[in-house]
Amino acid sequence: MTHSVPLWDRLKNHNGVLSVLFMAPAAILLLVFLTYPLGLGIWLGFTDTRIGRPGIFIGWENYLSLLDDSIFLKSVFNTILYTAVATVFKFALGLWLALLLNRHLPMQAIIRAVVLLPYIVPTVLSAIAFWWIYDSQFSIISWMLTKMGLIDAYIDFLGNENNARAAVIAANIWRGIPFVAICLLAGLQTISPSLYEAASLDGANAWQRFWYVTVPNLLPVLSIVLTFSILFTFTDFQLIYAITRGGPNNATHLMATLAFQRGINGGMLGEGAAIAIAMVPFLVVSTAVTYLGLQRQKWQ
Amino acid sequence: MWKFTRRDVIKTTIGAAAASAGGALLPGHVMAQQAPKLEIEKGAKLRLLRWSQFVQGDIDTWMANTKKFTEKTGVEVRVDREAWPDVAPKASVAANVGSGPDIILDFFDVPHLFADKLVDLTDIATYLGDKYGGWFPVAERYAKRDGRWIGLPLGAAGACMVYRKSHVEAAGFKEFPKDTDGFLKLCQALHAKGTPAGFALGNAVGDGSWTYWLIWAFGGKIVDDNNNVVINSPETIKALEYAKQLYPTFIPGTLGWLDPNNNKAFLDGQVSLTNNGISVYYAAKNSQDPKIKALADDIEHANFPIGPVGRPTELHLFSQAYVFKYCKFPNAAKAYLQFMWEKEQYEPWQEASIGYITHPLKGYEQNKVWSSDPKALPYRDTVKNMLWHGYSGQLGYSSAAALNDYIVNNMVAQAASGSKTPKEAVEEAEKRLLRVYKV
Repeated sequence: MTHSVPLWDRLKNHNGVLSVLFMAPAAILLLVFLTYPLGLGIWLGFTDTRIGRPGIFIGWENYLSLLDDSIFLKSVFNTILYTAVATVFKFALGLWLALLLNRHLPMQAIIRAVVLLPYIVPTVLSAIAFWWIYDSQFSIISWMLTKMGLIDAYIDFLGNENNARAAVIAANIWRGIPFVAICLLAGLQTISPSLYEAASLDGANAWQRFWYVTVPNLLPVLSIVLTFSILFTFTDFQLIYAITRGGPNNATHLMATLAFQRGINGGMLGEGAAIAIAMVPFLVVSTAVTYLGLQRQKWQ
Repeated sequence: MWKFTRRDVIKTTIGAAAASAGGALLPGHVMAQQAPKLEIEKGAKLRLLRWSQFVQGDIDTWMANTKKFTEKTGVEVRVDREAWPDVAPKASVAANVGSGPDIILDFFDVPHLFADKLVDLTDIATYLGDKYGGWFPVAERYAKRDGRWIGLPLGAAGACMVYRKSHVEAAGFKEFPKDTDGFLKLCQALHAKGTPAGFALGNAVGDGSWTYWLIWAFGGKIVDDNNNVVINSPETIKALEYAKQLYPTFIPGTLGWLDPNNNKAFLDGQVSLTNNGISVYYAAKNSQDPKIKALADDIEHANFPIGPVGRPTELHLFSQAYVFKYCKFPNAAKAYLQFMWEKEQYEPWQEASIGYITHPLKGYEQNKVWSSDPKALPYRDTVKNMLWHGYSGQLGYSSAAALNDYIVNNMVAQAASGSKTPKEAVEEAEKRLLRVYKV
């Protein structure tokens, strides 16, 4: 006589079913909050949808129009410049700060907490602070330089195209350094001191210890942090929107701010979505280069 | 006074009561207009989303009037507030998902983006117009679509030329110039005296609207009556050539100016002339800082100068209310709006708002807010003097997109600053407008 096992008991002990069940919550979250919005964005980019009016499929028209749109092309240039310059400075200064913080310092915990402050402060608040710092009439930088007799007239930080670009990049660097520094500090602390001792015994100087011990061991963390930093910088919105709204003469518009301006404020959802989706290839390439490139270094 | 029981409220029309109360107060008005019969739904509750106040008196009186409405009708009204640029995105979401605030108080032509999702307000708009001397043409333009009222105009946060009287006199002008030629000469003279003007040329939503005035003053416009893009015209080029002459007279930095910059610079005494709402004057008048308070006596206002077209061509932040069809209590919503727009509520609110909002109904011209302080008088005419931002075409998706993409602002900024020639700037604007107006 055969003993029948209840269906539920069989399912409970079935590895395939269990794995599906355990993965389901994460999969549902990803589908609802990531896949669906992304899919909808891709679809909208192929339509002429406006706020309040469903669109129709128009093929590549939005993208073709953007290729001939000087403001969009300017925003692509701005975004690449903004990301590249800010990332280089954030990493150089962040790594330097991490190395300093990795030393035995008095009140180490307090100093590390203070370093994080720029990252903790809500972006809009720091953006407003920078807006004042860069104000053409009330800038504290200009005021100080004037008092010191170094300049005669206030610097036009946000009214000159190149100055405005440099100003928003500087604000992004200031805000992003703590993220890089703290992440790299965590990476530095995983490196065994015995490696440095061995290197010292072999006669390695400080630079050689950094290049042959610190850098290779830091690369896995570095690749992750670099990837995230590029993603965050490339998609930055708040700093620009609060400080310049993309001006002057669209000189500081990033792809994200232009997508918002046209898609939400201007109501052209289709074109706004197309601009947002146009960011994806850049992000994929930069992620592939930084993450996979640096990871391979580690495997070698 | 009215005596309402809950049962009365359901049976009685608030409109008739409001008409009988309000009509008698209007000078020269012999018979009260017949108010629409609005039977308020049983158990009605409303949610209003409106822009955050620019002046405290606005919201205080608005809430007091709302409370009066609740006491008289039993209809609770929840009032939510958002910074004004955030209202339109929320309205758009509400329109798309069919859920959210029942009534929205917004700016510009937002209701035209989802006109079919809005309650027809023709009855109360017609009643109010008949009763209070009619609506100004621009108010009808903003609130009507295909012959029906989709919004109820509240008025405009009007802007005027705000200037330092002593500085203008020192520059050789006894009174503020009334035409664009005189205006340019004044700006040049102020610059020569070291007391320059300053007008926002960045992506400033409100204070950047002077760029529309400039284009229209010379006969340029973005589209014609049939929404054909006509920005690339000799008139626009003339306006941009004028802007090129004007820009060197400004204080440095205006290319990056957003809405708050001119207020700060003016109150600090760094600019002697700018465009703004009445708030600069009141900020000075009510300041605790004696230096700023002293400015108030020297501040004067004037309407925008008239260009070669020979008539006013101003643009101001125009506000209107609208009701969504998903609202379960449309009659209550209409009754609320009608109540708030009646003279007994509107005029005290306008007065408490220190004239920050100029009325859309001609009958409110006599409100004492315009006579109690002569410096407020120019603001009285801002709605009368204004055009709609999609002039001279239709309002809708395209005009909204053109405004919010700062096409005109950037065109003027580029030509004025010399980063592009007027021809190049107008061609870039034309290209973008052709895209935006391709519906």
